[in-house]
Amino acid sequence: MSTLLEVSGVSVSFDGFKAINNLSFQIAERELRAVIGPNGAGKTTFMDIITGKTKPDEGRVIYGDKSVSLLKMSESKIAQAGVGRKFQRPTVFEDQSVFDNLMMALKKTRGPLAVLFFKPSAEDNHKVADLAEQIGLSGALHRKSGELSHGQKQWLEIGMLLAQEPRLLLVDEPAAGMTPAEREHTTDILREAAKTRAVVVVEHDMEFVRRLNCKVTVLHEGSVLAEGSLDHVTKNEQVIEVYLGR
Amino acid sequence: MTDAALPRRQPFALRFPSVMIFLAILALFTVGVTILSEGFGIGVISTSFIKTLGKTLCLCLVALAMDLVWGYCGILSLGHMAFFGLGGYAIGMWLMYARTEIIVLESLAAAPLPPTPQEVSDGIATQIFGVVGSSEFPPIWAFAHSLPLQLAAVVIVPGLLALVFGWLAFRSRVTGVYLSILTQAMTLALSLHLFQNDSGLRGNNGLSGLQNLPGLDDVPQATVSLWFFWASALALGLGYVLCAWIVSGKFGSVIRAIRDDEARVRFLGYPVEAFKLVIFTLTAVIAGIAGALYYPQAGIINPAEIAPIASIYLAVWVAIGGRGRLYGAVIGAAFVSLVSTWFTGGQAPDINLGVYTISWVDWWTVLLGLSFVAVTLYAPKGIGGLIDLITERKSPNRHGASLGPDQGSLREQEAEK
Repeated sequence: MSTLLEVSGVSVSFDGFKAINNLSFQIAERELRAVIGPNGAGKTTFMDIITGKTKPDEGRVIYGDKSVSLLKMSESKIAQAGVGRKFQRPTVFEDQSVFDNLMMALKKTRGPLAVLFFKPSAEDNHKVADLAEQIGLSGALHRKSGELSHGQKQWLEIGMLLAQEPRLLLVDEPAAGMTPAEREHTTDILREAAKTRAVVVVEHDMEFVRRLNCKVTVLHEGSVLAEGSLDHVTKNEQVIEVYLGR
Repeated sequence: MTDAALPRRQPFALRFPSVMIFLAILALFTVGVTILSEGFGIGVISTSFIKTLGKTLCLCLVALAMDLVWGYCGILSLGHMAFFGLGGYAIGMWLMYARTEIIVLESLAAAPLPPTPQEVSDGIATQIFGVVGSSEFPPIWAFAHSLPLQLAAVVIVPGLLALVFGWLAFRSRVTGVYLSILTQAMTLALSLHLFQNDSGLRGNNGLSGLQNLPGLDDVPQATVSLWFFWASALALGLGYVLCAWIVSGKFGSVIRAIRDDEARVRFLGYPVEAFKLVIFTLTAVIAGIAGALYYPQAGIINPAEIAPIASIYLAVWVAIGGRGRLYGAVIGAAFVSLVSTWFTGGQAPDINLGVYTISWVDWWTVLLGLSFVAVTLYAPKGIGGLIDLITERKSPNRHGASLGPDQGSLREQEAEK
């Protein structure tokens, strides 16, 4: 499998504090990866850099078949290139229906004129319906998404990400605030998604990471501390010291 | 998943009954006013009140634009009356030029030799710019002789200003209160510039005599006022349909999403700045058109019209009417501006408190300010929110789903039979 995203030697500091320190990271076309680390390890900043929200002081971020650098692209261009991101706090558009949320996320031309004259085809409607089925929100398609429960909002956001058909999916703490049954469903969705694209999951919950059953990257103080299977990294002395031992 | 749960594409009119209701009310109002007018009807409504009503329709149109940019897209622009004023100036230049030209040609017709074009031009310039001590046309009057070009300017000048201003502001990611301050600065700078005598637009004298249509001196104002009234009603109707169409589809979804969480929309891949720019420019153009219809009815335009306070009033109208719904903006602009005319026109009876007499001419702005605060605090939906009280009594659209949680409960289609 070829590499989809390569982050190399990236550093970024905020007011002298090094949030990311010479970080290097690679992920292949179809791979599920969990990123763990204590608070302040730079997990969110790492995602900010890939999605263009934060510009690093140095380093390279190379993406895709044509090996384009993401550093010179705007957030919207990066998203159009196929990088999708789910935030820690579920951010759906609460004032609008589940249907509208999904339709907005559906992979289409994003320019203002194309959007102005957009009419959903039967195929688009079906895609939205299928997605709603997948995230268990078929019955809530016309409800305002603000009325949904916390877990349902998390799923809606995952559904919106899938609708974008990203090649790289960045997921920040998807299981936060979910019931055990909802967590299980979320694991299934993520593992299913990783069959067709690269998925990076940032998660605190070890049990959840174990269920994902994938390669794990441990971040600490802005750089990679260890990488490998969950069993491998949990045996690592340093990891135990900084993270698990607490 | 069955297709029944998906939204069926109905005709526009059926999907948005509020648009049809609005158009029907507007049409009834227009016909009613025409019947009661002096020009074409039984003469119950005076010509000056027809003009007030026509002007109110123009204010409703610019309030629609404000609602689109603020209520839907979340950009609190406090400068849209600048675009309104620019539209007025653009049409005012032609009205003033063409009418002065006729007068100058008449006075020169008595001369023994036919006047040269230079003499005509100088004559017009002296007439128009005498008050600011000039007798030459400034460069910006280059197209004032041509109605089509000045009509184009009504759209192009506000549009271009909004495009350049918006591009600079949005590209730098200026948002929220900082953007509001920038737009205030823009309208203040523009009005200060126009106050200068050498701005080329007659300084604080402004443009006047705009109610007289060139070459139509024998048409009474009673008729002209109705023409403008109809044109304003037509523009408001078309503007309403356009705005309703824009906010109804995916574009509306995206701009409301930008209002609620701009960063999230960026991560969906939408170029947020481009969307904001489109809305900002489009609403500036609508405001320009509204201004071009307003000022011929007002008869005069001067730089005080685009002072910062005018744009703040516009925001107050939309807030009181209810932002985020198109009819709210229209109700707010119509209600507040008509009530304001009533209070400031000296018609409202003063209240004698014994020790102090409340004169509404002075106290009206205080009342307006208090109602703005009250609406913001206690009724954020504004007057338009009252409509919800009626519509929410009806059962919600369940899109064909069952009416109850139990097996075998009626489905919506069955219940409606």
